[in-house]
Amino acid sequence: MDKRSLNFGQGFVHLVLVLICLAWILPTLGLLVSSFRPAHLVSNSGWWTVFLTPFDLTQYTLQNYQDVLTKTGIGKAFLNSVFITVPATILPIFIGSLAAFAFAQMRFPLKEGIFLLLIGLLVVPIQMTMIPILRLYNQLGLAGTFTGIWLAHTGYGLPFAIYLMRNFFASLPSDLFEAAYIDGAGPIKAFFLLALPMSVPALASLAIFQFLWVWNDLLVALIYLGGTQDVAPLTVALSSLVGSYGQNWHVLTAAAFVTMIVPLVVFFALQRYFVRGILAGSVKG
Amino acid sequence: MASVTLQNVTKRFGNVIAVNQANLEIRDKEFIVLVGPSGCGKSTTLRMVAGLEEITEGNIYIGDTLVNDVPPKDRDIAMVFQNYALYPHMDVYNNMAFGLKLRKFPKAEIDKRVKEAARMLGIENLLDRKPKALSGGQRQRVAVGRAIVREPKVFLMDEPLSNLDAKLRVQMRAELSKLHARLQTTAIYVTHDQVEAMTMGDRIVVMKDGVIQQVGAPLEIYDHPVNMFVAGFIGTPPMNFLNVVLRREGDDYIVDGGSFKLTIDPERARQIKNLGEYVDKEVVLGIRPEDVDDAKLHPGDERNTVVATGDVTEPMGAETIVYFSKGEHQFQAKVDPHTEATDGQEHPVRFNMRKIHIFDKDTEQAVV
Repeated sequence: MDKRSLNFGQGFVHLVLVLICLAWILPTLGLLVSSFRPAHLVSNSGWWTVFLTPFDLTQYTLQNYQDVLTKTGIGKAFLNSVFITVPATILPIFIGSLAAFAFAQMRFPLKEGIFLLLIGLLVVPIQMTMIPILRLYNQLGLAGTFTGIWLAHTGYGLPFAIYLMRNFFASLPSDLFEAAYIDGAGPIKAFFLLALPMSVPALASLAIFQFLWVWNDLLVALIYLGGTQDVAPLTVALSSLVGSYGQNWHVLTAAAFVTMIVPLVVFFALQRYFVRGILAGSVKG
Repeated sequence: MASVTLQNVTKRFGNVIAVNQANLEIRDKEFIVLVGPSGCGKSTTLRMVAGLEEITEGNIYIGDTLVNDVPPKDRDIAMVFQNYALYPHMDVYNNMAFGLKLRKFPKAEIDKRVKEAARMLGIENLLDRKPKALSGGQRQRVAVGRAIVREPKVFLMDEPLSNLDAKLRVQMRAELSKLHARLQTTAIYVTHDQVEAMTMGDRIVVMKDGVIQQVGAPLEIYDHPVNMFVAGFIGTPPMNFLNVVLRREGDDYIVDGGSFKLTIDPERARQIKNLGEYVDKEVVLGIRPEDVDDAKLHPGDERNTVVATGDVTEPMGAETIVYFSKGEHQFQAKVDPHTEATDGQEHPVRFNMRKIHIFDKDTEQAVV
């Protein structure tokens, strides 16, 4: 292929990528613009109309954000969300990695069978589990507590965490672990001193997935925490805004952006691990 | 330092027998090389000594201790892997110190041993580098260093040089031999390269299809291979095998190849005590390429000179390899580079009938 047609091919790929990015970003952009518009404008005209007179500052306002942060209990819900999400991210990743390491690098009876069973759980719809678990929670007094929702998210997150980490651990050269066993390590030390440090990219991806899933979750929180405002995360608080404010969704747009800040920070903090080839140089390729 | 003993060691993977009834006595301080084609069970044998594979049947002793059920970390062994298996997230120093740290050695002792090993291997200036910043040869040195700082009873090496380029391999080969002479630790070395086996081993173990074929000092195996496999595997170019009929003419034993006849040297014939049983039977004549000479350059022994057709000549510099054919037979000769043998031309060659081997055609065992 000559250089010109190569350039054309690359240009085409870039064009498609840009279009896809635009398609994804456009609704968010609309949300962002709306969140800075006064209530009467939001209900009268589309968000794109601001671009007709982009420098007319009178059409922007911070009032929506002020309302959200001061009046609606979003601040408290924000803290609840953090308090729910952090343990509900760390727990399944930690437990899942331990299990995944056993599945990938250790030998024990019925290994394949148990692994298949766990992976099979990926297809079980969450909704099916809710009634029995909620009944159990009510008996144990876990409903409406942080512990309850941590456990629920851990359980729902584990099959995927095990699946992802097992595949990653299985791709690590087994020679490395054999070298460690000969050097005097047992499985626990091999896990903490070798497997975990080498898995930072996979752990980071998993952390992003699990964090976003828990942070954005409404269903699980609504079921197991009920309507208890003391423990309600952002998503629950946000949905109650819709109810209590009816058509006033200009507040909703601002609240949505408050909710999005943390996931964005998490994503940008961890995304550099996606591209880092941490394994380079360990074994001859 | 310790001896290693294998008694009737067998390893099965499902229905496949990887190692079959291996018996081997490795002496203290010995450098022993397991050699054979891929899939012959040499690596599996090594891994069983390391404790990385379970033994299906039989016993392995390190020193006087039965180690069948001892985990690798308690066997006091160190292993060098083919692909180095360096810990990618640790620098060279910590790669080498890892085993000592796990065994809770005092910091000063770890430091002393790592630096000493690094000096011995010429990698002192690399101690703070990560493996990815090292060349293949340097990585291999680190892997060796990681093994020697442990001062184990036994070194195990699984094709440690096969990922290096040819020049570096030759250099590292000599260095490993020197290192062994200095450390005097029992070493088991696995390779598929018979040159490594010949040059490094105190003794060589030739394996095929999970069965030990022959154990012996390099030259002993070279000069007295017990069967056609060992004869063909050890030595480059490999030994020539010619299908002939053994005959008796007066006091002499003659091999009859149809298009040529050769007389076995009487002294050699006397050494092969069972030769008489094979008279008038088909046997395989084995002769190494260096024992087939250019009769034009080095004439003599007319009876064992044959005019053959040169098919291909391969000048190697110090010698030239010529592929000859005679009738339905083909053989190689390692001759003086000044040879006039050329492709497609007839040329006289002389067989050194003092250095021949006779093999049973059915069992492929050497006739002794």
